[in-house]
Amino acid sequence: MSPLKISWKSIWSKPLSSSLNLILVAFGTSILTILLLASTQINDKLSRNSKDIDLVVGAKGSPLQLILSSIYYIDFPTGNIPLKEANELAQNPWVKRAVPLALGDNYNGIRIVGTDSGFVNLYSLKVKAGKLWQQDFETNIGSAVAESQHLKVGDEFYGAHGLTGNTDIHKAHAYKVTGILEPQGNVTDNLILTNIASVWKMHDPADEKEHDHHKKNDDQRAEEPGKNAEAPEIQDKEITSLLIQYRSPMSVVMFPRMVNQSTNMQAASPAMESTRLFSLIGVGVDTLQWFALLIMAIAAISVFVNLYNSLKERSYDLAIMRTLGASRSKLFLIVIAEGMMLTFAGTLAGILLGHATLQLIGHFQESSQARLSGLVFLNSEIYLLAAGLAIGIFAAIIPAIQAYKSNISEILSKS
Amino acid sequence: MIQLKTVSHSYNSSHTIRFKDWTITDGSQWLLLGESGSGKTTLLHILTGILKPSAGELIMDEVSLYKLSPKALDQYRGRHIGIVFQRPHLIKSLTITENLLLAQSLAKLPEDQQRIEEVLESLDITAKKKSYPSQLSQGQLQRVSIARAVINKPSLLIADEPTSSLDDKNARSVLELLMQQSALNQSTLVVATHDKRVKDAFTHTYELK
Repeated sequence: MSPLKISWKSIWSKPLSSSLNLILVAFGTSILTILLLASTQINDKLSRNSKDIDLVVGAKGSPLQLILSSIYYIDFPTGNIPLKEANELAQNPWVKRAVPLALGDNYNGIRIVGTDSGFVNLYSLKVKAGKLWQQDFETNIGSAVAESQHLKVGDEFYGAHGLTGNTDIHKAHAYKVTGILEPQGNVTDNLILTNIASVWKMHDPADEKEHDHHKKNDDQRAEEPGKNAEAPEIQDKEITSLLIQYRSPMSVVMFPRMVNQSTNMQAASPAMESTRLFSLIGVGVDTLQWFALLIMAIAAISVFVNLYNSLKERSYDLAIMRTLGASRSKLFLIVIAEGMMLTFAGTLAGILLGHATLQLIGHFQESSQARLSGLVFLNSEIYLLAAGLAIGIFAAIIPAIQAYKSNISEILSKS
Repeated sequence: MIQLKTVSHSYNSSHTIRFKDWTITDGSQWLLLGESGSGKTTLLHILTGILKPSAGELIMDEVSLYKLSPKALDQYRGRHIGIVFQRPHLIKSLTITENLLLAQSLAKLPEDQQRIEEVLESLDITAKKKSYPSQLSQGQLQRVSIARAVINKPSLLIADEPTSSLDDKNARSVLELLMQQSALNQSTLVVATHDKRVKDAFTHTYELK
């Protein structure tokens, strides 16, 4: 019958108030766990996806939008830039590597990215099955795409116009899967890669008309104006954006200014925009964090009140234990252990609850690019456990000191 | 042998209770008589080692109790002194067996299931060993508290008004159990009471005035 067992039994003898305390601690901890996991994962994803990209050049508009669309593939692109101008920039001596991107189509919500072999080198992509794309309409798909769409090497599929939805399907050409990429743990797992020419050809009105010829004429006519509007874009060859790696750090200052001032395009730094984005989210995270801490504080007070009240009822019990040979320090230990067990169990439950909740959130998240996982455990969660124990000690210390100091002769003669 | 030597105690400076010297030989059975307010509880607490007297000495088997360190005193009390209170006061969150295990472990003695069986058997409450205190009757609870007091074979068994809240029949049986158990465990017995029904059973009496 160790002191720990006595504390344990005492917790179980009052299930209602014990579980209330446990729930309070668990609730506070789970919010903190979710915040910790989510912000770590978002931060991680942001930096991993923009790892080797120093600058993104695209059409004028919001720099954040440009970064979101060209690096994280979550927002709409700002527009198109002429291929000719993009090529001129790519030849600039400050530029070590320039990777063109042509966005605009999707397959079941997964973005089809027209690019070149530079993209493969930039993200150090490797092919798990099949081979890299070479011909037009050949594609490589990310590992997550292969899994979610049940696509394998040799399969064919039709892309749809736009970044979401599959109402406007490009029936003219089918894409063919020639390779599946190894999982990278970044956005490329959720992309379909092909060459830029495929994206251009997909939108070539002549090509499309020819194939659709025996289809309903009305339908085609209705589409006509849109196609015409697209025509010059294709003739002048445009792309969506250019991912740039600098040759030397010197370029950081000079190059973006040059792009912004002397061309009709804009340059946006992923690092800067990510920081900006994160500082925007950060305000909400801070608020939630304070909220969680408040709940933890309430939990601590609740555990304290619970122990303090139960101590009044139990003072006779504790006095009896003294007459049975328990020392003062043993009573102190029993009360402290009770507080610590309660908050420790609550913290543990809270961490598990936090993970489960985040996994559930991730499950219902629409954007697969930014999906959160509850199955990742962080070292810093140990601090949460330590904090749980600290709260237990904090809540139990006063009742424990009282138990330590109690005058048993006085308590026993009062009955 | 227990000796009370020139013991007095004062809760505040104005009122001091003096106790006449008392020598209790091993295995004897004593009645401690006194009206309420006569210092009976005070003396009992001094005897059990939970109240240090203002003056004087208590010597138990050649150990001067209040010269021990607090921790040593706690352990000495757990091992050598058994106490039966007016009301049973068992730990509510523990079963009967666990209450007795607690008495063994708090005295820093090895847990001895066999001894527990033996004591429960001798008090005829073996059937209730897995029950919680709230499931027992008052008479059964009092027997468990006797079991707890004698579990470590104490040299001194003290009972504080053990019969005052019981009817004649139960009072007699509790008294018999106390005498029987103290004989069985070779303990010295001191029963504090103002209950007239108890008087006849004892030959030795220490009276407070």
